[in-house]
Amino acid sequence: MTHADRPEVVHDVQAGAGFEVAAQPLGLATRLYANGALRKTLLLVALAAAWEIYARALGNPLLFPTFSSTVAALARSLASGEIPRAGAYTLSLLLKGYLAGLAIAALLTAFASLTRIGADLLETLTAMFNPLPSIALLPLALIWFGLGDGSVIFVLVHAVLWAVALNTFSGFKSLSPTLKMVGQNYGLSSVGYVARILIPGAFPSILTGLKVGWAFAWRTLIAAELVFGVSSGSGGLGWYIFENKNQLRIPEVFAGLLTVILFGLFVENVIFRGIEHRTVRRWGMQT
Amino acid sequence: MRPEAERDTAPLLAVRGVTLQYRTQDALVTATYRVSFDVARADRFVVLGPSGCGKSTLLKAVGGYLRPVEGEILLNGERVAGPGPDRALVFQEFDQLLPWKTVRDNIVFALTASGTLPRAEALERAAHFIAKVGLAEFANSFPHTLSGGMKQRVAIARAMAMEPKILLMDEPFAALDALTRAKMQDELLRLWEDVKFTVLFVTHSIPEAIRIGNRILLLTPHPGRARAELNSGGEDTRGADGELVSARIERLLFGTEGSSR
Repeated sequence: MTHADRPEVVHDVQAGAGFEVAAQPLGLATRLYANGALRKTLLLVALAAAWEIYARALGNPLLFPTFSSTVAALARSLASGEIPRAGAYTLSLLLKGYLAGLAIAALLTAFASLTRIGADLLETLTAMFNPLPSIALLPLALIWFGLGDGSVIFVLVHAVLWAVALNTFSGFKSLSPTLKMVGQNYGLSSVGYVARILIPGAFPSILTGLKVGWAFAWRTLIAAELVFGVSSGSGGLGWYIFENKNQLRIPEVFAGLLTVILFGLFVENVIFRGIEHRTVRRWGMQT
Repeated sequence: MRPEAERDTAPLLAVRGVTLQYRTQDALVTATYRVSFDVARADRFVVLGPSGCGKSTLLKAVGGYLRPVEGEILLNGERVAGPGPDRALVFQEFDQLLPWKTVRDNIVFALTASGTLPRAEALERAAHFIAKVGLAEFANSFPHTLSGGMKQRVAIARAMAMEPKILLMDEPFAALDALTRAKMQDELLRLWEDVKFTVLFVTHSIPEAIRIGNRILLLTPHPGRARAELNSGGEDTRGADGELVSARIERLLFGTEGSSR
């Protein structure tokens, strides 16, 4: 076939003439499966069922209590006010340490983003202290700050600071040079530049840092409480776990762990997810 | 400060013997060498040259992001010392809009952050310029939902809303497809007819330079040196010697008769 054999074709296309838009409603099952919260709930139910079945087969409540007895212990401790008191105490300590860590990270990163020596300082400090497990600083903190909240907050700051500072700073560095030049074009002051260009521009990285920092803080706090929760009068969740273990009330131990897990799920899925939806997803910076 | 009378006749932007250098990983690169030119008010001044002639670097120096190692850049007779809102930039990249702000807020932010206008008036002016570039329906959209051409329109609206002394455009249409590019060139000219702003426009496209510019500065590469300054009437016409403007530009830049493209 030669080129000349083929006739030219021009279609007569009329707007809206006789064709239906092909938008078919999705089936119920497809729509339910598309719901992330529902999928995860199903997963949790399956995990709980597996736990229950295994624990019953094992038949040793001292080693591995059933899910139902754990939930019963949780309900008892909730009713008696033991877990709410311990949880509130742990949470207030956690927030203090977390916020202090964020404040110091903000200062350090702002300094690092504005001066070269600040960047060197941050990189060096992070390389030195980030690999150091926070809990390893606890003995030292006890000597410096004594038995009490001060030591715990010190260790928490260490747990949060490096993860947040590192992520934030790498977010600042990876921000597009064009956006940086746009920010400078408006003649923003250095504080305005950090607050109004760098921070929102690096928000995906910052959010990652906040999440990692939060998880580190949680771990460190529970571990610290396990070690010396007794010192500070009213113990937190870690102390609650430790004390119940000493009395061989294993369902209560599991209830304490479950509370920690539930807190974690709540913070990740409600608080951080909510922030994500309102910010980076809405801005198309993360899909 | 110069006397008022002299400032009126003086060019808006004067680039005098500017040599620019920047440092890469392993070399000190001379981007332009002793380049001089004047931009008058309401000029559409195009800097045209192949890759590596330092035209973008030159624009960044006028923007104040880079200090000349030799020579001086004067805006209204005052030496350019750093970035400022009196020179608004439009870049080639689509990511020049702040992704966390809507189209309207991008423009409002530019006006309020630079201290040009208080918020209420900034909102008004933003609406005016969004309408001018034909994006009124998209004022509340976030940049990631817009096409490349629309993003560049927002960037142009944002720069124009600041009512700068001079608009600096760094290959603003280079990343667009050919159809959109032609449309955007026409729109820019229409906006210019309307507002008569002064623009310094950098491009590597000869047809674009002829279309956009009323005056074209040709830069040769490695390092960038001024080869010629030509007038353009917006069309690729034949001169007195029967030579097309585009052919003449190619001869001046490459030393050949239109064989290189």
